[in-house]
Amino acid sequence: MSVQQPITNHESLVTPDFAIDVRGVTKKFGARTVVNDIAMQVRPGEIYGFLGPNGSGKTTFLRMLCGLLKPDAGSGHCLGLDFRRESAEIKKRVGYMTQRFSFYEDLTIEENLDFIARLYAMPQRKLAVEKSLERLGMVERRTQLAGTLSGGWKQRLALAACLIHEPQLLLLDEPTAGVDPKARRDFWEEIHKLAAAGLTFLITTHYMDEASRCHRLGYIAYGNLLAHGTVDEVVKTAGLTTWEVSGENLSALADKIRGLPGVEQVVAFGTTLHVSGRDAEKLRASVAPFMSGAHGWTIIESGLEDVFISLMETAKDNFS
Amino acid sequence: MSFNLQRFWAVVVKEFIQMRRDRLTFGMMVGIPMIQLILFGYAINSNPKHLPTAVYAADNSPFARTIVWALRNSSYFDITREAHSTAEIKTMLAEGEVQFAVTVPVDFSRKLLRGEKPSLLLETDATDPAAVGFATAAINELTFFVLNHDLTGPLAKLRGTSPPFNLIAHQHYNPESITQYNIVPGLIGVMLTMTMIIITGLAITRERERGTMENLLSTPVHPGEVIIGKIIPYIMVGYVQVTLVLLAAKFLFDVPFMGSVPLLVALTFLFIVANLAVGITFSTIAKNQLQAVQMAFFFFLPSLLLSGYMFPFRGMPGWAQDIGECLPLTHFLRIVRGILLKGNGLAECASDLWPIALFVAVALAIAVKRYRQTLD
Repeated sequence: MSVQQPITNHESLVTPDFAIDVRGVTKKFGARTVVNDIAMQVRPGEIYGFLGPNGSGKTTFLRMLCGLLKPDAGSGHCLGLDFRRESAEIKKRVGYMTQRFSFYEDLTIEENLDFIARLYAMPQRKLAVEKSLERLGMVERRTQLAGTLSGGWKQRLALAACLIHEPQLLLLDEPTAGVDPKARRDFWEEIHKLAAAGLTFLITTHYMDEASRCHRLGYIAYGNLLAHGTVDEVVKTAGLTTWEVSGENLSALADKIRGLPGVEQVVAFGTTLHVSGRDAEKLRASVAPFMSGAHGWTIIESGLEDVFISLMETAKDNFS
Repeated sequence: MSFNLQRFWAVVVKEFIQMRRDRLTFGMMVGIPMIQLILFGYAINSNPKHLPTAVYAADNSPFARTIVWALRNSSYFDITREAHSTAEIKTMLAEGEVQFAVTVPVDFSRKLLRGEKPSLLLETDATDPAAVGFATAAINELTFFVLNHDLTGPLAKLRGTSPPFNLIAHQHYNPESITQYNIVPGLIGVMLTMTMIIITGLAITRERERGTMENLLSTPVHPGEVIIGKIIPYIMVGYVQVTLVLLAAKFLFDVPFMGSVPLLVALTFLFIVANLAVGITFSTIAKNQLQAVQMAFFFFLPSLLLSGYMFPFRGMPGWAQDIGECLPLTHFLRIVRGILLKGNGLAECASDLWPIALFVAVALAIAVKRYRQTLD
């Protein structure tokens, strides 16, 4: 995958600034800390994937970045502006795509785009709407009511609307939830094209294939940022050993080894079983007695999903 | 498919669970009947008594005192004011300070003693015919025997089959007691209350329910721009309604237009703002559109019943009048009836304008405070 390329390009750029550079970001709802002391640095033109289980604080973090919520603590800059004091200015330069389709279903595609363009006080509004319709291939559908669009088209409309004011940073909250694989692939093509042109992305997702399409990742659980870096870095730092088991009667085997010392995860992957743990020696000792059977055992590289589930399990012990 | 009791019961149980979860709806289901019961049971009275009455006794004779005493005793009249001129009476009636004014003319007792049947003048604020009907009948009744105790000895001959004096009843503002004259102008206020509160309540709750509010707030748009921008179209809708009712009043119901229509249109603005402020306040509290409608109804019901629109305001007990005084519709009804039927100007309307203004200030303060909270 050509994921790594743009980063090296940008490192050579003269602008050393980060598009997002915040630290200590904290948000409490009552007694519950939803986002706890998070630091994040995202370079311009980078696609940063933000992962974590439901309710881990991803959306809250995004909302704080674009000024929808006031953080309880934290400092830093977003597009060179103080993210706590200059949220009005930041809003003008950021596009935020909400988790749920949040445009007007009883307005047409064109009317929705025109409304957003007006809100951003675009100097050449009509032209901007026209360009947006063209780029997203919606010129013929301009008079269609947004409510009658399919999921994939709604998502394209939402992206178009987020882009209409030519933002420098896009915050996309689970943009591809419920969208078919073809539309998802097209969507990511578009994202990469835009990133190559200099746009910065912060995208939350639950899909592992999407996570691996990001330049860098952050993993958050219970409000804490548990891991960050490139895909390889995240996997390496996790220090997880994974055995792949193939053969007959895997579910019976899984029942036997689940819960043994050092065995942290036993997950069925189609016709194979992934057995992982962070302590390689303990894990080997525990599963050794089963290796003599009819099953084939091989050590494989841990996948992102294995790593994330392991991170989440650990976080559960530490924070909940 | 046959009717299956178990499946049917599953639906019943589920509905009850959901009903219990939606606290506000549940409260409304219990609260609205209670309010109706209290209002209809205790507050409404179509035979109003103790109506404020002014007396102008130009002839302060024992006869005049007897008449005043008898009026008070009838329980229909409360002598609240003493007037010293006909002009003063006119103002009191115009401002709605009193419902009735009784004038005992200068030569009342002299003419009475001579058997010349003097006139006793009863002036009525008849904008609401229902409010004055019973009281007027009562005073008519009185004339036959009120002076019987005073007319003794040689004066006894003045007692007779006809009363010793003539009661001249002067019904101001709506001399023919046409109910429509009272109801149709009042309808302006009722319609504005209903549509403005429901529509604004819905307009903002809808944004939140559909998730478009989040999107809106992530753009540079200012909350004030959102609220004012949302309200303006409905103010226009409100004026369309006002125009329709005014046209109907003029051409279908022949309601007299005694005062200035531009003044009415101008003062209506404050009333519209008052209702929009209520609507916005509700929308900051309601979690969904259904709740917004329920809250609008919760406000509308007392407005309709306690404002003097359907039932005479002065027929209600004190506590109900106190609540009524807090509602903008009560004051707007007095303004609109005052301008159209009495020909009142700005000066006479002033006493009903400031309560509406105060209401707007309080409602907006709550709305703004709540709106800020909902951002976080």
